[in-house]
Amino acid sequence: MGVKTKAPAIEQGAFFTTRLDAVLNWARKYSLFQYPFATACCGMEFMATAASHYDQARFGAEIPRFSPRQSDVLWVAGTINHKMAPIVKRVHEQMAHPKWVIAFGACASSGGFYQNYAVVQGLDRVIPVDVYIGGCPPRPEAVLDGLIALQDLIQTRGPTGHTGINPRQTKEVLLLSRQ
Amino acid sequence: MKRSNLPLEFGAEPMDIEIGPSHPAMHGITRLSTRLDGEVVTAVEVEIGYLHRGFEKECENSTYVQVIPYTDRLNYVSPILNNIGYSLAVEKLFGLDVPKRAQYARVILGELSRISDHLTCNGAMGMEVGAMTVFLWYVKAREYLWELTEEVTGARLTHNWTRFGGNANDLPDTFFDMLEERLKKVEAVLEEGVKMLFKNKIFLDRVKDVGVLSRERAIEYGFTGPMLRATGEPYDLRRAEPYLVYNELDFEIPVGTVGDSYDRFLVRHEEMLQSISIIRQAVAKIPKGGHYQHDRRAWLPDKTEVYGSIEGLIDHFKVIMEGSTPPKGEVYQAIEGGNGELGFYLVSDGTGKPYKCRVRPPCFNFVSALPEMLIGHYVGDIVPIYGSINMIGGELER
Amino acid sequence: MTAPAETPPITARVEEKFPGAVTASHQQFGDETITVAKDQYLAVMTLLRNDPTLKFNLMVDLSAVDFLGQSPRFQVVVHLKSLSLGHRLRVKVGVGEDGPEACTLPTISKLWVAADWYERECFDMYGIRFQGHPNLKRLLLYESFVGHPLRKDYDIHLQQPRVELRPVRERYDYQNRNLTDPSETERRPL
Repeated sequence: MGVKTKAPAIEQGAFFTTRLDAVLNWARKYSLFQYPFATACCGMEFMATAASHYDQARFGAEIPRFSPRQSDVLWVAGTINHKMAPIVKRVHEQMAHPKWVIAFGACASSGGFYQNYAVVQGLDRVIPVDVYIGGCPPRPEAVLDGLIALQDLIQTRGPTGHTGINPRQTKEVLLLSRQ
Repeated sequence: MKRSNLPLEFGAEPMDIEIGPSHPAMHGITRLSTRLDGEVVTAVEVEIGYLHRGFEKECENSTYVQVIPYTDRLNYVSPILNNIGYSLAVEKLFGLDVPKRAQYARVILGELSRISDHLTCNGAMGMEVGAMTVFLWYVKAREYLWELTEEVTGARLTHNWTRFGGNANDLPDTFFDMLEERLKKVEAVLEEGVKMLFKNKIFLDRVKDVGVLSRERAIEYGFTGPMLRATGEPYDLRRAEPYLVYNELDFEIPVGTVGDSYDRFLVRHEEMLQSISIIRQAVAKIPKGGHYQHDRRAWLPDKTEVYGSIEGLIDHFKVIMEGSTPPKGEVYQAIEGGNGELGFYLVSDGTGKPYKCRVRPPCFNFVSALPEMLIGHYVGDIVPIYGSINMIGGELER
Repeated sequence: MTAPAETPPITARVEEKFPGAVTASHQQFGDETITVAKDQYLAVMTLLRNDPTLKFNLMVDLSAVDFLGQSPRFQVVVHLKSLSLGHRLRVKVGVGEDGPEACTLPTISKLWVAADWYERECFDMYGIRFQGHPNLKRLLLYESFVGHPLRKDYDIHLQQPRVELRPVRERYDYQNRNLTDPSETERRPL
């Protein structure tokens, strides 16, 4: 990535110049194939967002792919408990790079108000997460906001999922590497 | 596709297939370990627990009122019914009276909740056999109802609306303005659903005569709700043990004849129409009055009292810190939930936290009967049968 | 819990058939309840299911309550309903921790198939073993789980993860949420 193309000297404006990675990221962010890993109540709101009323397809994230190999975004919508944790980890490992993860709702983000023996206290204890959407469950507007946040992330940061690093952690990793 | 009559000795070598827990038709969280002979299912083992969230343990560590939000997330397709069931149980324990208006409001919102539950189930059932359009339309109709409940409770899905002795707030005027228009829209969507599915050969072939469970076996398995009524047993708690104001309202109980997936679909469809009729009657009959009967045993004192008198302030402090304390004892209260008998069994030791708060989950029984419904069918029938039982993870595994 | 003036019909019928089996009964909040002796439990349940005047054909619920520090420690609670006669009954039976038959109870899954999963759940959550159960193993939790979470002496926060958990970041710097570190912005194309 990061290939600089030489701008052709055409002055009529029939061409425009850009960078290859910017184009690739632009393509990536508007063709997200999603894997809805809907376990609980948040799955209902995911359905509502994906259906015609709120129409997630407007954002280029239309079709759910129920095979991890074919999908780019893992929506973890709902509580993850310790029985489920190995499965969500396996699904994440099976996804091809580049891949992104959205923690949908309070339970997936932090365990929500279930602080007990059964529930994993946040999906990021199991797999790296790119975007966290708050709410119990989040409204469709919040979901779409999270999707747009992910698109911005893809455009600016490229395939962060490639390294498996949470963008929020990147700074720490850089700091560590400097030491 | 009917039950296969092929003798098994002609079958191929048995093959084991794991379906789920991450499978689109498993609604996320159930695992079926099936053994197939050719295409015929010969053995099924169901594994659940992938959404076990420790509801009961959380309740034992919360005060009575703090449990209400947890009940929202049991059957998350019809949350208000769970709220109502739990509140009725606690009110029975405290011995509280609920004003008539609040009871009617509970009936109205509860029935709206039931419609959205059945819409989701029937829509998903259509989707699982390929009728994606029906699903999109039904979710659209559900959206109308959610906006309506949002008008009252402020939330789309997890309402946290009932309190002990009434409801958190009254039905606003805007609600009644919107209601009739929304009900008409839902009826129109249901009518479209009738046109789409009821004479659709593909749909009928997939759901008729599959997943049959006889009336006797259904009772053995402890079925309640639409699943039991589809077998012909007219057991509906709204009629059998009337709670709230259901004995003042007129409605029919639809029953099926065969007990297959199609009957379940039809029973749910008809129940939606009955619910709409119940809502219309309740709106016509709803009396004026308060939405909440204050009782200092069960809930916080009035704000003017808190700020104006030392007794009120102490009361408030005690309720917040220790919770409201019911008498010692045990109580069981069941209501007709979206899936059937939704029972709450509370044991109180006289402190502010429930000693035991047990939910009787209706779809627990349905899932336990899955092997009997699936064995002998083709593997392709697993999905429509599974769709017809309306498994809701939060309620199943709590 | 005051004793009712007259014995309700269901309790009377059970007492008539099995004298001494009912150790306690009450009708608090209108729910008729009997507590039966553990050795008579299966016989009483069979009677409740088959007797023509009782006909409890629907097993509604089975769970347990842990009275830590009391004897017997556990109480298994069964809710029954008769669809044809319309009455309900709650049956309770004490299960102790001590003795040769500690934490065991005969299964009723032969009488009602529905009890199969309820007993498995009860075993999972409270560790009460149901003798004669066809498939008594954990239902909601996983096999590697140690202990029974709904017992009162199980700590609510004691987790038993199945995968290695990633470390928790101790501190999250909200100020730099947008990654405004100079070394970062250099890499940002837009």
